[in-house]
Amino acid sequence: MKLAYFAWVRERIGLAEEEVVLPAGVGTVGDLIAWLKGRGENYAHAFESPETIRVAIDQEHVDHSEPLAGAKEVALFPPMTGG
Amino acid sequence: MSDREKRQPETLDTARMASTMYDAASRVTAKQDEKAPRSSSKAEIAERSIRVQAERIDLAQESAALVSAGSVGATVSFTGYCRDEDGRLSALELEHYPGMAERAIGAILDEAAERWPLLSIRAVHRYGLVKPGEEIVFVGCASAHRQAAFEAAEFVMDFMKSKAPFWKREHLADGSVGGWVESKATDEAAGDRWHRL
Repeated sequence: MKLAYFAWVRERIGLAEEEVVLPAGVGTVGDLIAWLKGRGENYAHAFESPETIRVAIDQEHVDHSEPLAGAKEVALFPPMTGG
Repeated sequence: MSDREKRQPETLDTARMASTMYDAASRVTAKQDEKAPRSSSKAEIAERSIRVQAERIDLAQESAALVSAGSVGATVSFTGYCRDEDGRLSALELEHYPGMAERAIGAILDEAAERWPLLSIRAVHRYGLVKPGEEIVFVGCASAHRQAAFEAAEFVMDFMKSKAPFWKREHLADGSVGGWVESKATDEAAGDRWHRL
């Protein structure tokens, strides 16, 4: 699965995107964030407040309860500030 | 193929986007057909244009393009500009999620076209460095009567703020790069009064 990061999530992790293989038990977006958080200090910093993280699966906004099954690309980013 | 479909690809950067737009345009058509027509001129479906670009926005051209048919009686446009914040900023840098930016704006425009009897709806959002005094975003709506255009333009901007994947970062007057702009609770809540998308 491809993960894409934007804005300060990207900066804190130090990557714009990466390919990951999810371990068993990571079924939802919320599970994914909790798993990523444990991958190192940079990830812990990026996801220190999981509730602020916005997520898109295959370019559609989703809630943290959304299942990951079938997802090709999951993007994680801060609240949007366009307009 | 209708005239509208023939014209649409001119506003799109790639063939891939063109195919996304065709899908989205057909969806609007289908949704409108399912409902009772809002007026006797049922055949008229909003002409839609979405651009995500680094270049300056040609405001005159965008405004003129809104008047897409003789039945247009009102246009409302909004332009958002970069402020210098009392001289503190040299620019705003806008990061975006390519592909999703166009899709998210498209979904917002579809929703507006479904809720109001629009004849034309256009949105342009810039990315990259935008200097104070330059435009960041343009939204334009055209309808037979003014109320639909006024309301739809405000609706689109409210959702553009919280649903379109763009992030602003400050560049300071002393040449350094400042922080990311924080989202405002008021912007996040602004969409709520229209109910959820």
